[in-house]
Amino acid sequence: MTILEIQHLYKKYSDKYVLEDINLEVGRGEFFTVIGPNGAGKTTLLRLIDLLDSPTDGKIIFDGIDTTKCSETEKIYLRRRMAIVFQNPVLFNTTVFENVAYGLKIRGVDKLTIRKKVMKVLELVGLADLWNRRATTLSGGEAQRVALARALVIEPEVLLLDEPTANLDPRNTAIIEKVILNVNKERKTTVVMATHNMFQAKRLAHRIAFLFYGKIIEIGKPEEIFTSPKDPRTEAFIKGEIY
Amino acid sequence: MNEIIEGFFKAFQLILSLDPEVLNITLLSLRVSGTAVILGSIVGLPSGALLGLYDFKGKQLVVNFVNTMMGLPPVVVGLFVFLLLSRSGPLGLLDLLYTPLAMIIAQFILATPIITGITMAAVSSIDRTVRETAISLGATEGQLIWTVLKETRMSMLSGIIVAFGRVISEVGAIMIVGGNIRWYTRALTTAIVLETRRGEFALAIALGLILILLAFIINMMLTYLQRKGERIY
Ligand SMILES: Nc1ncnc2c1ncn2[C@@H]1O[C@H](COP(=O)(O)OP(=O)(O)OP(=O)(O)O)[C@@H](O)[C@H]1O
Ligand SMILES: [Mg+2]
Repeated sequence: MTILEIQHLYKKYSDKYVLEDINLEVGRGEFFTVIGPNGAGKTTLLRLIDLLDSPTDGKIIFDGIDTTKCSETEKIYLRRRMAIVFQNPVLFNTTVFENVAYGLKIRGVDKLTIRKKVMKVLELVGLADLWNRRATTLSGGEAQRVALARALVIEPEVLLLDEPTANLDPRNTAIIEKVILNVNKERKTTVVMATHNMFQAKRLAHRIAFLFYGKIIEIGKPEEIFTSPKDPRTEAFIKGEIY
Repeated sequence: MNEIIEGFFKAFQLILSLDPEVLNITLLSLRVSGTAVILGSIVGLPSGALLGLYDFKGKQLVVNFVNTMMGLPPVVVGLFVFLLLSRSGPLGLLDLLYTPLAMIIAQFILATPIITGITMAAVSSIDRTVRETAISLGATEGQLIWTVLKETRMSMLSGIIVAFGRVISEVGAIMIVGGNIRWYTRALTTAIVLETRRGEFALAIALGLILILLAFIINMMLTYLQRKGERIY
């Protein structure tokens, strides 16, 4: 079953098309990864999916709803079914606990439930001990894990991840990969992840889309993309000749 | 040289014995500047937040105006308030000239733009990243504004303290509109001017030390707030 459908999507900044004629479908429970070099348009695509920005042309259909026809209020409710971890996440200037609790608080969840859920998700990312720390005193890896916990706690139907492990050490990378893989498997959360690390895509994804200068060059299962790429540009990217 | 050392001795005596005149002058300064800053916050914090949050036509003009007002010379503000409150001025009937209230009005005019300006800068600089995070987590418009304001609370507090530091050490405005009347409108700074001129160095030094102590406390508070206000990007 499809949860996300993108049809003929275009995004233009001033005079330049950053995304051109993007077409893809993501199934419920799928782990979908977008790979591509710097400036390919990965972040732009994720922001459009999360309704943080509007497309220049084309459609994004979320669970059968055409989001381009939605009012701002309707968008808030659609957005509440998703969660995004930004490429450079920002934590609120308060405790780790309050950061993670944010999404639940604004949804009006009661205190007791918030406490239970926040502590559980902090345990999942291995930060339960730091619940009362000021977020400003965390290391980069810890901050990234708090941002992930903050997204996971609202139990989104679709989890959007923008380079969730860029700039992290192997240990933090391993923890984060384990958590998102687990969430995808156990909770059946749909994941759309952008990364320029093709090995990470290969490790995690059910399907990979190769995005290159605003266009999707090809979409396929990891083994297809890696062993028999159809396009010479995909092949070049996999061989590390373009990045 | 001896005179100066003696002055310091007497100054400490005056402070430690809680000399009634020193106490009266200090309390008046605190009361006038404190009230001016509280009123300035009531006006400045919401205006700064609105200016930081919303774009509108002519905003740049308003922003420039606020920034200019932030550096307003106290003497000019004193003159302006004096003209407003003097017998023949538009508010002359209120008979406020040479009262503590007149001093509060003048310092309010000095404090408000500072609080507005610092709040505005903090809110608009924090805006983009925090705003998007809140929106992506499902915040409504109201929740978004609340979140942004909560994020800037440390900067707002800094703005209030900076404003207080500026008005408590200002002479020009309160000298003109307060008149430096003994036991009534004589404040730390205006008293120092007068006592120095009269050669009463002990009293001048005592008041100077109190002013420096206040400035020191203010700086400590600012440093503490800046540390707490640090952010991750
Ligand atoms: N708000 C914007 N205004 C103008 N141009 C933009 C804007 N956002 C992105 N771009 C441009 O769009 C192109 C794609 O940017 P995007 O951030 O989506 O790439 P990316 O694939 O995420 O890259 P990276 O791997 O470096 O994160 C870039 O050329 C970028 O300069
Ligand atoms: Mg990016």
